[in-house]
Amino acid sequence: MTGYFFRRLFLMVPLLWGITFVTFGVMQLAPGKPVDVMTDMNVKMSAESKQKLVRLYGLDKPWYVQYGLWLKRFVRLDFGRSFKDDRSVSRKILERLPATLLLNVLSLLLIFVVAIPIGVASAVRQNSFFDKGMTVFVFIGFSIPTVWLALLMMIAFGLKLGWLPISGLRSLNYDELSWFGRMADVARHLVLPVTVSAFTGLAGLSRYMRNGLLEVIRQDYVRTARAKGLPESTVIYRHALRNALIPVVTLLGLYLPELIGGSFIFETIFAYPGMGRLGFEAIMARDYPVVMGVGVIAALLTLLGNFLADVAYGYVDPRIRHSK
Amino acid sequence: MVLLCSCRKETRPLDGIAADSPPSSGDAFVEASLGDASYLNPLLASDSSSGGICSLVYNGLVKYDKDLKLVGELAESWEVRNGGLEILFHLRKDVRWHDGEPFTSADVKYTYDRLVDPQVKTPYGSDFQMVASVEAPDALTVRVRYKTPFAPALESWGMGIIPRHVFEDAPEGSDFNKHPANRAPIGTGPYRFTEWRTDEKIVLTANPDYFEGPPFLRRYIFRIIPDLAVQFLELRQENIDMMGLTPDQYRAYPEFFRNYNKFRYPAFSYTYFAFNLNSPLFNDKRVRKALAHAIRKDEIIDGVLLGFGRPATGPYPPTSWAFNESVRDYEPSDDKAKALLAEAGWKDGDGDGILEKEGRPFEFTLITNQGNKLRELSAIILQSHFSRIGIKMNLRVLEWSSFLHNYVDKKNFDAVILGWNLSRDPDQYGIWHSSQRGEGQYNFVDYVNPRVDELLEKGRRIFDQGQRKQIYREIHSILADDLPYIFLYYPESLPTVHKRVRGPRVAPAGLGWNFREWFVPKEIQKYQYASQG
Repeated sequence: MTGYFFRRLFLMVPLLWGITFVTFGVMQLAPGKPVDVMTDMNVKMSAESKQKLVRLYGLDKPWYVQYGLWLKRFVRLDFGRSFKDDRSVSRKILERLPATLLLNVLSLLLIFVVAIPIGVASAVRQNSFFDKGMTVFVFIGFSIPTVWLALLMMIAFGLKLGWLPISGLRSLNYDELSWFGRMADVARHLVLPVTVSAFTGLAGLSRYMRNGLLEVIRQDYVRTARAKGLPESTVIYRHALRNALIPVVTLLGLYLPELIGGSFIFETIFAYPGMGRLGFEAIMARDYPVVMGVGVIAALLTLLGNFLADVAYGYVDPRIRHSK
Repeated sequence: MVLLCSCRKETRPLDGIAADSPPSSGDAFVEASLGDASYLNPLLASDSSSGGICSLVYNGLVKYDKDLKLVGELAESWEVRNGGLEILFHLRKDVRWHDGEPFTSADVKYTYDRLVDPQVKTPYGSDFQMVASVEAPDALTVRVRYKTPFAPALESWGMGIIPRHVFEDAPEGSDFNKHPANRAPIGTGPYRFTEWRTDEKIVLTANPDYFEGPPFLRRYIFRIIPDLAVQFLELRQENIDMMGLTPDQYRAYPEFFRNYNKFRYPAFSYTYFAFNLNSPLFNDKRVRKALAHAIRKDEIIDGVLLGFGRPATGPYPPTSWAFNESVRDYEPSDDKAKALLAEAGWKDGDGDGILEKEGRPFEFTLITNQGNKLRELSAIILQSHFSRIGIKMNLRVLEWSSFLHNYVDKKNFDAVILGWNLSRDPDQYGIWHSSQRGEGQYNFVDYVNPRVDELLEKGRRIFDQGQRKQIYREIHSILADDLPYIFLYYPESLPTVHKRVRGPRVAPAGLGWNFREWFVPKEIQKYQYASQG
């Protein structure tokens, strides 16, 4: 197990390097340069001024030199400075991380709390009216365009009913509120984004849960439990569910990059100050250092997520733990 | 010259409150922006968000007043000497920085030094390349010497002046770019910087010691809402006090604007259809004129702008002092267009509805950039106009970066739809002078007219507005006749402001020129602030 653990960890290094290389390459191939935002169609700007900016941003060097410089800084854990505002990339990322984590942890919790019972109930009453109704419900959530749903909810709860704020994370008078008032304020702002993101994410998990349980329910040991005369709830929740949860636990690991990477769509529509917007805006402005920074973190988390999923799988499933 | 400003104000006082309440200070003004600011430093900021904040925190030596005349701001007065080779600015003596330090000529000199510093990432250096030297003979005088007389230079001193004593610890440029004051600015302007929450909001507070008198609105809050539809919902909910509308938003249900005043005035920009003058199709002026006769600009304005614009006749908008109102637009007439084309040798010989000359059909491709619906729709309307006179126009919509660098810069196009946002000074040397035709320069249509070159050069040397007016009016009429572009329309700005805010008035300069005087009567103030200061 330990050998496997370290071998997996070690293999991540060349993989990560490959990812940074490809990301950098794709970025160079995309038309447009970072200074274009300032120089395009700007009559007031002379050719010399353009050259000066290109030089100051280090864009006059060939791409492999730029990549080398980036790599050199990266091994010292320095992501460089953003082209947009000359602030350090790690700082920009750290600044936005808490908000994104808050939103995604909450929505993930909500997904688990809602999807697991849905999945269990659907499996127990397979092909019933409830099961079919739930299937329709979760797939509506899955296929509905987020932006559209978000706007509808804003109109319903923000505009028509006036219960919730439309966008943002804090009210304008946030700083004048008491500690409790601030909590309540943030909570009110979080209701819509968390609900929308959970609703659209329900389908995957509840389906996994339903199918996992269906498989387990047909197995001999469940029949044995029933034959022993155990009550149905004990059979399902104590015996069947434990095994059915194994694939669900591994899914958790795969949610990790999403948790930190954030979503451009949510964050933009809800004017939410998170990572998704940072990454997207950096791509649009060809802000290379930020794109690389966000890209590397996303890649690292994906690798780490896969790794953790494997480890967790081994932990919850003794068959895997002992076979090695 | 008579300028008629097409500003219609649909206003009604907020119920129960007299329209003529006395000004009172207090309340906050909330504006929304799609993007966050980058640098709150006028030398480094190139995006509109940062620019907007900088204009409230910093002052220039000069500024444009409501009639687009240059007047002093930090400079009390100025003298243009030696035929424009020297400008002497006399500074105001009662100005203090937000931290209490006095403002002096050393700050102006410092600002200039950074603008031309090779290590400073400023996009504004070009304006100052013609400066030979900037001296500060005493604390309240600045002497600027130029290599050649350059009239638009005066406008360039509207650049925000930054405090030397704050930035002094960053003498070499690279630290200047990273200086903490770029995120917490100290200026001389009507508002002081209070707070910046990344991607959420920027808050400014009225400067009680402002040299022109403190502004009435106590706080200025700049909210970042990256989606236009959501901004509009926030406006509907009255969480935003001002927003620029799109034409269809302007036409939305009246209930959306129950508590808002809507304004409209010509923006300082125009949209045009440009010919590649190297193309064998378009190097004949008669052909260009024929196309101009074929276009119905009113149809484009009604269909695309929903009526919020007016037909353009040249490169200056009607609110500019350079606008030549005697220039007549081309009369929409298919007969005239066909006659001109026939004269140029284009006839429909084979009866397929498309004109030919020497066996070649009249077919070309118009390109424009992706993401600008107004341009795309205009192009589709033009397509139908041209097909009526037997010209086949194809349309290609391209991603901005590749559109610009692979097609426009390389002159690899027949015709293009684009727009120019204009500076207030009418100098358009970079767009029309024959020396500006290189790759990546802005005379990308390859326009050459020695008379226009001469006028453009003269217009830059003369400081007297009366004389310059004659020059630019002549340029306007020559361009309208030469038709390197068909000038399509001048769009309108369509801002809306909450009704509790009194004072917004439309002038040639637009709406925000008297922002310092805007106020909310005491009894309807929305945001309360406990103490002054």
